[in-house]
Amino acid sequence: MGNIDFSLVDWSRAQFALTAMYHWIFVPLTLGLSFILAIMESIYVKTGNPEWKDTTKFWMTIFGINFAIGVATGIILEFEFGTNWSNYSWFVGDIFGAPLAIEGIMAFFMESTFIAVMFFGWNKVSKKFHLVSTWLVAIGSNLSALWILVANGWMQLPGGTKFNPDTARNEMIDFWSVLFSPVAINKFLHTVTSAYVLAAIVVIGISAYYLLKSKHSLFAKKSIVVAAVFGLISSLYLITTGDGSAKQVAKYQPMKLAVMEGLYEGSEGAPLQAIGVLVDAPTDKNPNQKEVKMNIALPGGLSFLSFGDFNAFVPGINDLLYGNSKYGIEPYQDKIAKGKLAIDALRNYRLAKKAGNEDEAKQHLAVLNANYKYFGYGFYSGRSEQELVPDVPLVFYAFHIMVGLGSYFVVFFILMLFLTMKNKIQDNRIILILAVLTLPLAFVAQQAGWIVAEVGRQPWVIQNLMPTIAAVSQISSTNVMITFGLFLLVFTALLIAELKIIFAQIKKGPEAHSGNN
Amino acid sequence: MFENLPLIALQQYWWVIVSVLGALLVFLLFVQGGQTMLGVLSRDSSEKTMLVNSIGRKWDLTFTTLVTFGGAFFASFPLFYSTSFGGAYWVWMAILFAFIIQAVSYEYRTKASNFLGQGTYEIFLFLNGLLGTILLGAAVSTFFTGSQFLVDKMNLVTLDSGNMPVISSWQTPFHGLEAVWTLEHLAFLQNIALGLAVFFLARINANLYFINNINDSQIEKRSRRVLKTNTIFFLIFFLFWVIRLMFLDGFAVNPETKEVFMESNKYLNNLLQMPLVLVLFLLGVVSVLFGIFKGLFTTAKNGIWFSGLGTVLTVLALFFLAGFNNTAYYPSTYDLQSSLTIENSSSSHFTLTAMSYVSILVPFVLAYIFYAWRSMDKKKIDRNEVESDPHLY
Ligand code: HDD
Ligand code: HEM
Ligand code: HEM
Repeated sequence: MGNIDFSLVDWSRAQFALTAMYHWIFVPLTLGLSFILAIMESIYVKTGNPEWKDTTKFWMTIFGINFAIGVATGIILEFEFGTNWSNYSWFVGDIFGAPLAIEGIMAFFMESTFIAVMFFGWNKVSKKFHLVSTWLVAIGSNLSALWILVANGWMQLPGGTKFNPDTARNEMIDFWSVLFSPVAINKFLHTVTSAYVLAAIVVIGISAYYLLKSKHSLFAKKSIVVAAVFGLISSLYLITTGDGSAKQVAKYQPMKLAVMEGLYEGSEGAPLQAIGVLVDAPTDKNPNQKEVKMNIALPGGLSFLSFGDFNAFVPGINDLLYGNSKYGIEPYQDKIAKGKLAIDALRNYRLAKKAGNEDEAKQHLAVLNANYKYFGYGFYSGRSEQELVPDVPLVFYAFHIMVGLGSYFVVFFILMLFLTMKNKIQDNRIILILAVLTLPLAFVAQQAGWIVAEVGRQPWVIQNLMPTIAAVSQISSTNVMITFGLFLLVFTALLIAELKIIFAQIKKGPEAHSGNN
Repeated sequence: MFENLPLIALQQYWWVIVSVLGALLVFLLFVQGGQTMLGVLSRDSSEKTMLVNSIGRKWDLTFTTLVTFGGAFFASFPLFYSTSFGGAYWVWMAILFAFIIQAVSYEYRTKASNFLGQGTYEIFLFLNGLLGTILLGAAVSTFFTGSQFLVDKMNLVTLDSGNMPVISSWQTPFHGLEAVWTLEHLAFLQNIALGLAVFFLARINANLYFINNINDSQIEKRSRRVLKTNTIFFLIFFLFWVIRLMFLDGFAVNPETKEVFMESNKYLNNLLQMPLVLVLFLLGVVSVLFGIFKGLFTTAKNGIWFSGLGTVLTVLALFFLAGFNNTAYYPSTYDLQSSLTIENSSSSHFTLTAMSYVSILVPFVLAYIFYAWRSMDKKKIDRNEVESDPHLY
């Protein structure tokens, strides 16, 4: 493996991360706001009160501005699997392509058709048809989340498939187990609820700004009520689904879990770090070891979060890397050796097949099948197992930021709802300022969540089967550097444009839309 | 029902679906065509607003069709996805950038504080119209002229070879851009010609669409006038491309050994050996011409239906020419045996079956799109609407 071009791998990862994170700035707002719009318009249709129509229309404008850039950043992600992860596209295309295609057929068309009705149909179609269209936009966008998260979930837990040595790829054998994989379902629920939380916080934040300026008070209070109820329910559910995600991670991606908590030496009754700082603490065994300092920990908390049992054993990074015979954990070097066996067996199988030597082919196939679940490790043959550990501080801090904010948001929604119900919200400037400041935090929590999920599974593109070094396209890294730069430039320019337009729109306020119909 | 079909039938079915999506995409590129004529067709800002709103309400549909075309190609022929996208990197990147800048332009063009200014967004729209059509056309032309790549699945498992373990590797450092200067068999002329033909066809369809969708005599008059020039250029490039295609050597597959070899006049032979495709092709071309005829020589406003249907049929026929009758649809001139055929590049029987069930949704999707459009387009766009409605692009 002398010639692995690591700079190509790193630039490709950087480009994917950049574009995905840009996409994810806009997508959660689309997912959540679309439902808030649908709820508001339903109230309008039900009550006939034109103020609700103005309210709906204002948030619809914000939605439209955000949607456009969500689409702009989405198209590139889909094609990047081909352009930058071409090997991946072959190795798992038989499974991975399907959700992408279904997403297009089922979700994107629904969204793009009815969004035109939603924006331009106020005077062209009946009230009912319009309302249905708004709901369909919400359903369509959430369906698109379902399919793409099924795809993402499958990368974390590749099930329902079988490796075919003749085509050198994984082939689907069970569609339903791909769709209903526990990881995929959990991921979908956690992600969409996080999006609802974000949208609720955005609506509250902007409304709080109006109350601070003593403008559009009625509109603002109406919006806050809808958003706070929606947000509170979502945030409670969010914590449940987050807990569910952690259990999935514990079960299928133990290294990710250990990294999330900075846990090097596993134990029974492992503590959950509430807060803490990572410092270097190299040991003879592991030169990269770190330690959590200045921490507040809940004893047994991690064991409980992971396995629902305060005394359960949670393996640490060292247990996973170097093995732990008591708990039957194999060292990574053994897995690497088995992976190498699998890779060599596949090569020999193909050579024997070509030479027409069926018996020999059969023998190699048996070796391949016995070791296939370590296939990806084989690409690290002759290398240090340290290369198979994700970036610990990044994942650790991201996880704690997300969880901390998640807990805070629940309190925040309760507070907002309580004060609005008491009709006291407009007088409480400190709370209003807090609401405005909370707005960006929702975006921080989102990005942090994806860092946990994606950086935490490094170096796997497909858990245990395909590492990034075996997934990239064959292009010189200069090419990827140039496109990375172009994306950075274009997306940043568009983001600035989006923000300026949204701020101008907020300044203008909802009144601008009332009137002629 | 699908699970009982043999693999080859599913492969052909999916080639048809991908072709239909490709054909619909080329028709829907009228949005792009329109974007290149905003200046030519308007004299004042109300007129421009009418034009922008007329195509602006359809842009997302074109965009989504492109995305779905990509997704369906990925799901059904993943080896194409990994070979072409990863190989012709720069062509696809250029296409993608052209579409990225389009997606925001309608929404942001006239909004207050839009940072880049209205002019910039209109340039974005123009660039999308110009590059999107020409590059897609040129890329499709390489289905007939070939590219330079190698596919070797052993690469995945020869760790000590000193190479990256990558299955498909492109053989030029220009990653697809060479399509416009490859001299061999004058491939560059062929590729550029199809690119320009698609560009002018998109403009023709846009002219006919505007005539139909906007209720304004000035725009109608100008559309009919520009239609003439667009038609002349379209015919030059399209006829050049088609006639040359008939005389080119094509990439044939031996049905027994699956070996790829060069066959003279392959595409002409394909037409003659698949009379249905020939009929489709002729019907398509005649229908496009009839639509244009209506636009140029009558006062009828329904030319778009004919040219649109014609576009779909013609493109369908071209895709069938490339993929059926033992032909390699994505040929490699570097290593003939690396060429992709619908048989050697497809998904498994299971996946194609599952996806075939999903494809049953397509008619429903088309039906609701049609219904929603009808409800929206019943009332044509006119000056009155764009001067009173505050919610406009
Ligand atoms: C508003 C955003 C937000 C908030 C407040 C939370 N999450 Fe989260 N979380 C996400 C937004 C998010 C996300 C962006 O949606 C992620 C990224 C990938 C995914 O599946 O969802 C995610 C991933 C994610 C993962 C990794 C899943 C994986 O790797 O597959 C875990 C374990 C948790 N979350 C757990 C929690 C817990 C215990 C929370 C307690 C309050 C929490 N999250 C709050
Ligand atoms: C369901 C959708 C997603 C899929 C299928 C997906 C897939 C991928 C792939 C293929 C890579 C590159 C290979 C790798 O480095 O492992 C990657 C990396 C990454 N993705 Fe995702 N991703 C998705 C969503 C997201 C989102 C929404 C974000 C961010 C907000 C994100 C953040 C990242 C980051 C930060 C990396 C780089 C990790 C690293 O290389 O260290 N992903 N993802
Ligand atoms: C790497 C993975 C991803 C890919 C390939 C991808 C692909 C795309 C594409 C092509 C579009 C434009 C669709 C159009 O033409 O209208 C889009 C938009 C969208 N995507 Fe993604 N996406 C990814 C990650 C995600 C994730 C993780 C979610 C949600 C959980 C998501 C949800 C959406 C939604 C709701 C839209 C439409 C609204 C908007 O654009 O803001 N996407 N995506």
